[in-house]
Amino acid sequence: MMQRFENANWGKTLVAAVPWLWLGLFFILPFLFVLKISLAEPQLAQPPYQDLIREVSDGVVTLVLNFGNYQLLLEDSLYINALLSSIKVAAISTGFAILIGYPMAYGIARAPTHWRLPLLMLIILPFWTSFLIRVYAWIGILKGNGLLNQALMGLGVIDAPLEILYTPTAVYIGIVYSYLPFIVLPLYATLVRLDESLLEAAADLGCPPIRQFLLVTLPLSLPGLIAGAMLVFIPVMGEFVVPDLLGGPDSLMIGKLMWSEFFSNKDWPLASSLAAILLMVLVVPFALLRHMERKHEEMDQ
Amino acid sequence: MKRSPFLISAMILGYAFLYGPIVSLIVYSFNDSRLVTVWSGFSTKWYGELLHNEQILSAAWLSIEIAAVSATIATILGTLTALVLVRFKQSRMRIALDTVVAAPLVMPEVIIGLSLLLLFISIEQLIGWPAGRGQTTITIAHSTFAMAYITVVVRSRLAHMDQSLEEAAMDLGAHPLKVFFLITMPIIAPSLMAGWLLAFTLSMDDLIVASFVSGPGSTTLPMVVYSSVRLGVSPEINALATIMVGIVGLSVVIAGRVLYKQQRSSLAKEI
Amino acid sequence: MNQVVSNLVLDEEPIVKIEGVTKSFGSVYAVDDINLQIYRGEFFSLLGGSGCGKTTLLRMLAGFEAPTQGRIYIDGKDITDVPPYRRPINMMFQSYALFPHMTVEDNIAFGLKQEGMPAEGIKERVDEMLELVQVTQFKQRKPHQLSGGQRQRVALARALAKHPRILLLDEPLGALDKKLREKTQFELVNIQQSLGITFIVVTHDQEEAMTMSNRVALMRDGRIEQIDTPRMIYEFPRSRYAASFFGSINLFSGTVTDQLDDAVNVYSEEAGAALQVTHSHPLAIGTDVTIAVRPEKLRLIPEVIDGPNMLQGVIAEIAYLGDMSTYHIDLPTGKRIQFTQSNSQPLAEQPFDWGQMVTLTWQPHAATVLTE
Repeated sequence: MMQRFENANWGKTLVAAVPWLWLGLFFILPFLFVLKISLAEPQLAQPPYQDLIREVSDGVVTLVLNFGNYQLLLEDSLYINALLSSIKVAAISTGFAILIGYPMAYGIARAPTHWRLPLLMLIILPFWTSFLIRVYAWIGILKGNGLLNQALMGLGVIDAPLEILYTPTAVYIGIVYSYLPFIVLPLYATLVRLDESLLEAAADLGCPPIRQFLLVTLPLSLPGLIAGAMLVFIPVMGEFVVPDLLGGPDSLMIGKLMWSEFFSNKDWPLASSLAAILLMVLVVPFALLRHMERKHEEMDQ
Repeated sequence: MKRSPFLISAMILGYAFLYGPIVSLIVYSFNDSRLVTVWSGFSTKWYGELLHNEQILSAAWLSIEIAAVSATIATILGTLTALVLVRFKQSRMRIALDTVVAAPLVMPEVIIGLSLLLLFISIEQLIGWPAGRGQTTITIAHSTFAMAYITVVVRSRLAHMDQSLEEAAMDLGAHPLKVFFLITMPIIAPSLMAGWLLAFTLSMDDLIVASFVSGPGSTTLPMVVYSSVRLGVSPEINALATIMVGIVGLSVVIAGRVLYKQQRSSLAKEI
Repeated sequence: MNQVVSNLVLDEEPIVKIEGVTKSFGSVYAVDDINLQIYRGEFFSLLGGSGCGKTTLLRMLAGFEAPTQGRIYIDGKDITDVPPYRRPINMMFQSYALFPHMTVEDNIAFGLKQEGMPAEGIKERVDEMLELVQVTQFKQRKPHQLSGGQRQRVALARALAKHPRILLLDEPLGALDKKLREKTQFELVNIQQSLGITFIVVTHDQEEAMTMSNRVALMRDGRIEQIDTPRMIYEFPRSRYAASFFGSINLFSGTVTDQLDDAVNVYSEEAGAALQVTHSHPLAIGTDVTIAVRPEKLRLIPEVIDGPNMLQGVIAEIAYLGDMSTYHIDLPTGKRIQFTQSNSQPLAEQPFDWGQMVTLTWQPHAATVLTE
């Protein structure tokens, strides 16, 4: 039964108010500013955008809302392509992450109990060393005279070095590498709850192992799988570091685009409108993630 | 328990995939040649170069300061949030908070960075604070997204804690604030520690948000690393990586041994 | 409703007064309009199955739930809105709720520290409590280093340390095994009597409630079914529910045929006989009633004699329980009744056998009339 602090009202209010105030000010309010600036006009000044409120005189406030940024986004194929490319990269990376992460999560969940924690720790440990540096490590591995090519040529598998760095393949490798724990952990949490006697019952009723997996394990692990997939898909949509370091100048993703619009072109309004569009696109997968998480909580109780 | 060979080889490959790059970083930090991946002999000179690199050292120090402060703020905020989500009555406010605090976990960092920068500029225009971007703005930004992670960690521990412990304390005369500090906190302390460390790591590691909200004179370690590696491989970075891995590895080993010893000594006292 | 309560003085103000208390969660009424008085020095039990509201009522007394309606008074003071940390009540929790990061000593001292008692006073009181429940040699241990029974005693000591006027106990013996439970029942009563504290216990175990309590409140679906001393509630239950809750009982439905000075005559088709039961209130002829007779109140006689309360039947089952035996007897009407007798005869002279025909009777004042 839930504890109810029914007699300490002012204390309760304070405890709830602090996080709300902080989040309101430093998380929610900024998004409103993004929307505001996305409707501004750029200018060569500090800050590089014009105020929306142009004039206040005689009780009349003149607002200038510039929808030109949104128009540009919808018309110029560069931005639409960037969005589609981001969706594609996010989807494919998520797929690969599941392919690699599911067996790992399953293996850990089925391992003897005293092995599980160390195995999980081994998955989480790389996460504690710098993300940036680990992506950087892949440069050394994937480049023309990098470790992978040296190894393959040394073994005689190939004659000429493979071009992996600065191709989409390198981006996929980098993303899957960085986001693997995000798939493994929620999947593990779901799989470890799986009652083995369900599989035994299926076997008893004549089900071979592969069908046991497809008909029992997989459906029951679906909530954890979807949650993990969203935990990868959503941030990857806006990923910057991996495409920048491993993907080369040709790789097109919204995160990179936003960065260059902001830092190189100094076009803050345009960058803001990109952010706004990205936010709107992400609402759907976010809602899906919340739905899965709530289902998980219900199962917990 | 059936041990399927497919599963075992998949796991071994998976772990090799995870640790391969880290091992390569460490190995080649001892490479004499500047061309990081062409081995030309064992040398520790890059460690020496690293320790004399003023830029990297001052960036590292700044990052540590920011990480420590933001981790502490995030732990306080995250714990308060966890308290609301676990101990307060079911209400629309609670559900709303639950959703809002889940967002930073998945929000692309470019959006967080951009939005916070715009906020800081606008507030500065209004009330003159924060005066320019720098350590303060980065700390605020890191506290904000780190608190979301800490909420998850503390919340789970709080939910599994026996609530009758808090009730017993109240029954014996302690009002809710005292109950929290005397009873709840000692019991959830391990998750507070874990959360603090998590926030510390996230802050030390953050490139994107820091790039957006930093100012002149406030260059963090990831920012320095990023500008070096843009231009290709750099053996000093390998040395830095090895040192970081070493610190993390050592901490885990020490923590493991401390926990093990604790368990052993309390088992000994048991009847 | 004034019953004789053995060693209490009932004309005093009650120490606990619960007035019209209701607790609802949406459309579910966990506690429904309860009115209850508990007297100083009583060992009082709230008894009932799960979901009857007893725990909710206890928690409202402790202050962890607020009543949706009604007021609660302690020693005449309205404490309904007083938070738990300011009530002169302490509670012993079902899960014991010992603070895992503190030693036994510190656990017991906790409440005293909150009061602001000086250090020497605390030490004295803690030592006193350790002695009382006999855990002095464990005082430096932490809860996880104690057995279940030891933890229970520490929980009791901690709850008594502040010498509260009222002690609430939530299923105090639930986690103990049978032998330990019996021993602890007597210890609890002794401690309660020697300290003179009012104990209010929540339990689902009717034997426990009967053994320890001065009075028992039987609860059902958020309401009080009957409050009485253990003897009265057992011998004279006032509803079928109360009758069947405690031990076994024979129930005969019938109709009132006539009204005598201090008894009623009832004809029961189930029993196939005329029954007579002592009853003080008048009942209209033709009223449907149930007659309740405890199995051990039945007497064996060699043959039928004239008069009411004569039943003849065939022994269908014998359950040998060591110290006593229960016999299931089939009446010609098809009804099965229970008869219990202690096995005071040595084995060689076993009195009964299956299929044997027996005659049973009981005294009119050994049964009760139930109207609900």
